Amino acid sequence: MAVVTYRDALTQALREELQRDDRVFLMGEEVAQYNGAYKVSKGLLDEFGPMRIVDTPITELGFAGVGVGAAMVGLRPIVEFMTWNFALLAIDEVVNAAAKMLYMSGGQYKMPMVFRGPNGSALQLSAQHSQAWESWYAHIPGLKVCTPGTPADAKGLLKSAIRDDNPVVFLEGEMLYNTKGEVPDGEHIVPIGVAELKREGDHCSVITHGKMVLVAMKVADDLAKEGINIDVVDLRTVRPIDVEAIARSVQKTNRAVVLEEGWEICGMGSQVVDFIQRECFDDLDAPVLRVHQEDVPMPYAKNLERAAKPDAGKAIAAIKKVMYLD
Amino acid sequence: MSTDAKRAPAQKRSDKGSPGNNGADASPQNDLAATTPEVRRELLRSMLLQRRFEERCAEAYALGKIGGFCHLYIGQEAISTGVMSMIRPDDYVITAYRDHGQALARGVSPRAVMAELFGRDTGSSGGKGGSMHIFDAKTNFLGGHGIVGGHVPVAAGVGFAIKYRRGNQVCVCFFGEAAVNIGAFHEALNLASLWELPVVFIIENNRYGMGTAISRSTANEDVLVRAKGYRMEGESVDGQDVFAVRECMARAVERARKEKRPTLIEMKTYRFMGHSMSDAASGTYRTKDELEENMKRDPILLLHNRMFEAGELTEGEMHKIDDEAKAIAQDAWDFADASPEPPLEKLYTDVYADTSS
Repeated sequence: MAVVTYRDALTQALREELQRDDRVFLMGEEVAQYNGAYKVSKGLLDEFGPMRIVDTPITELGFAGVGVGAAMVGLRPIVEFMTWNFALLAIDEVVNAAAKMLYMSGGQYKMPMVFRGPNGSALQLSAQHSQAWESWYAHIPGLKVCTPGTPADAKGLLKSAIRDDNPVVFLEGEMLYNTKGEVPDGEHIVPIGVAELKREGDHCSVITHGKMVLVAMKVADDLAKEGINIDVVDLRTVRPIDVEAIARSVQKTNRAVVLEEGWEICGMGSQVVDFIQRECFDDLDAPVLRVHQEDVPMPYAKNLERAAKPDAGKAIAAIKKVMYLD
Repeated sequence: MSTDAKRAPAQKRSDKGSPGNNGADASPQNDLAATTPEVRRELLRSMLLQRRFEERCAEAYALGKIGGFCHLYIGQEAISTGVMSMIRPDDYVITAYRDHGQALARGVSPRAVMAELFGRDTGSSGGKGGSMHIFDAKTNFLGGHGIVGGHVPVAAGVGFAIKYRRGNQVCVCFFGEAAVNIGAFHEALNLASLWELPVVFIIENNRYGMGTAISRSTANEDVLVRAKGYRMEGESVDGQDVFAVRECMARAVERARKEKRPTLIEMKTYRFMGHSMSDAASGTYRTKDELEENMKRDPILLLHNRMFEAGELTEGEMHKIDDEAKAIAQDAWDFADASPEPPLEKLYTDVYADTSS
């Protein structure tokens, strides 16, 4: 098993699927000549040429719509948004067109396409460039939403997303591109909709996804030194969501903290807590707590930004609280 | 930007196959003289079917058999009929929400359209789409879209796919004049011209975006300047004259098929009904006089008169064609009315495809 970066794992997935199926193409701003704003498409123009690795103008609504049209008539577009913050300009094509086409047409027009790009905050990019969008897209029937937190999941899920006949919103962690991890050699597929228990413990469940998986793993390491062992349930996909995996863990630990990068109100955690109260009502020994971004636009100043973000310290405090240790 | 990037999806290619069409020769010389009486009769038949079908839709709406938003095409039939008569069965059509007439002109089953409007299981989308979302994969009729301008980039995407596959089809995209102010339209035109995509963009200029006159919505009422802005060929044509529509389409289709270049066409028309079933034909935002003046240029009447004057249509024949159109509309109504509602278990089907490649 090779150790590769999250970025290279994504590039591998793109390259393998472009080789596998000539209906697959990648389009977006700076994906070709520039090799990708985050270098995820590095080298692909040379290998696959300008018909399949397509630079677009800065016109998110326009090229997202081009992807929809191409998918309607049988191509398999991968539409890259330079960041998901810019995808708001294209949300009509994602939500009103791609997500609903199969239903509105009574099953006649499938949408085999992927919208992908970096999601969540980086460092000091302030309000308009630091947002986690998964709860927005997870709200929409017709979409699938992937939030890989590790290189192996990034590769395996992207390959599944490209092969899926439905529109998949693929949210990459902007701060994850340089992180490294083991990726299985050869064909590596991760099914959409299946969570993974990334760490096993009996004391509390931490349910998370995306970039926060790394935070949860650090929390697990830190707490282990204190003799507290937690389950880390990595959802990996937030639509569909693996309710059984959540329930299995909470029924074992009887306590849960939901950790996410986005805001509190109508966040992914709201939905996870709803599933827990329905599936695990009699199993709970404490109220479920949530850790998330503070309810403010992301500030620029280092200290304020740090205070606004969810982190290991906040997660540990929440875990201790549900364990009545604080 | 370098030439390579600019031309990315627009590589040189050689056309294969020959341009056939639905009963008409797609040459620039196509005009009244070049068509045959049989073709002209087909055009009349198509336009009358739309008119009679839409009249029955209005009736069904009043009776509560059709619900939701319902936008009728009456007055604009020369456009749908003229355009569809100039393209091939393997070409693509995409449109906005005033879509019944275009679907019929394209050859979508009147029964399937009416059943869709009635919300029945036998409808074109199994009753899940309704008036604004007529889709028909058999005739490459790509919908029926409800967000003004939203489908214009989708048309560019269809053009992109044609180019990607080195095909020689064209994609025809209809929208109203109010859509020329929305961002999606501009982004799509820029991409279609930049990448040289085989798309014919058709503005059906009926002069009102819902209840707002073009003079109240559009800084430059000459909507064709938008073609120039994107280095695209543009033409303006009398949309009430089916022959003018056909001539103009012949040039645009040729340009798309042979040269892989898009065209923006303004087709000047007028809707004889309200924007939807919820507003009066006149009295609020346009006067009765204006409506009546425009109804003198009824596209069906204009075609009828020219055929009548040419001595190729008798009043008796006209009545016969009209009766046939009425019978088809009645048959569609009867079929829809007798069709079952979609079974409740279909509520959850077609949300996701259960397949992968």
